[in-house]
Amino acid sequence: MAGPDDDHDDGLVLTPEQRRRRRARNIAIAVILLVVVGLFYAMTLVRFAPQPH
Amino acid sequence: MAFVSETTTRLALGRAAAAEPSPAEVKDFAALLKPGVMSLVIFTALVGLVVAPGHLHPVLGAIALLSIAVGAGASGALNMWWDADIDAVMSRTKDRPIPAGRVQPGEALTFGLVLATGSVIMLGLAANWLAAGLLAFTIFFYAVIYTMWLKRTTAQNIVIGGAAGALPPMIAWAAATGTVSLDSFVLFLIIFFWTPPHFWALALVKSGDYERAGVPMLPVVAGPDETRRQILIYSLIYAPLGVVPWLLGFAPLAYGVTAAVAGVAFLVLAWRVFRIRDGAPAAKASMQLFAFSILHLFVLFAALLVTVGLGFGTTL
Repeated sequence: MAGPDDDHDDGLVLTPEQRRRRRARNIAIAVILLVVVGLFYAMTLVRFAPQPH
Repeated sequence: MAFVSETTTRLALGRAAAAEPSPAEVKDFAALLKPGVMSLVIFTALVGLVVAPGHLHPVLGAIALLSIAVGAGASGALNMWWDADIDAVMSRTKDRPIPAGRVQPGEALTFGLVLATGSVIMLGLAANWLAAGLLAFTIFFYAVIYTMWLKRTTAQNIVIGGAAGALPPMIAWAAATGTVSLDSFVLFLIIFFWTPPHFWALALVKSGDYERAGVPMLPVVAGPDETRRQILIYSLIYAPLGVVPWLLGFAPLAYGVTAAVAGVAFLVLAWRVFRIRDGAPAAKASMQLFAFSILHLFVLFAALLVTVGLGFGTTL
């Protein structure tokens, strides 16, 4: 049974260097997504905080 | 029709390349954002945000600034996607990620579009939709009006296209106040009139590059002498403009003096470019003006930040 990381499925065989680069790109996307989630969280807190009169 | 055909060709090239595994590293995507241009955008937008009379919560202000920076980066990525053919034949740009083969055109296009959309939505939610609309207009103006249209068709490309680079402080001002005012328009004008002498000083030295690439920069189309004359004219408008924030009363005398002294230095260098026309000394004068113009804009906006934003020198 082929795993999600099995590159033989579509006929592509990645070299170790290509795998390393793809992994680095995936990690960067994950970090950016986490930052975006954090920004939305912070924005929500500020937007919904009671405003001083 | 030519534009539609060009776009179709570029999209087809992107799809063809997408069949290959991407060789891109994370740093290549960072390079697509044009970090050098981005840093100037961040700085001028920061000044716009700080000197604006409105109040924006610091967290929202930081998110607004990040959105403007990412929007500028998206413009850079879209610019590199469209201009990959030009970049490949110019010494200054041939090592950019797409002409060097490290990033596929389709990747750059997707990257730019995602960042553009995300940055506009984020700015709208963090600040207001006027600022978001201005950011969307800026990205559209730079990527479509300047990159896809003006750059290859007119010697006035960087004059009109310079509006995109001049908008960030106005966007930040709108983020803080919810409006655009004469004061923020002056900040726009300062950068707008700074752009032609800045770019033409470089273009005088690199005109061979632009000629090879078929880009109708002023030195290629009208020759170096006319370019020098235009540099001097725009410098004569730009240098006094620096003092206008003081004349309008939104910056103190300390800023006015700084802008006046820096403006005189700028005019001296522009005059040297106008007068010295041959050989290595001419190239040196041009590069001196190019380098000083960056410092000059930084000094003006730093002086605004210190005197208006932080309140130093307001008793003068």
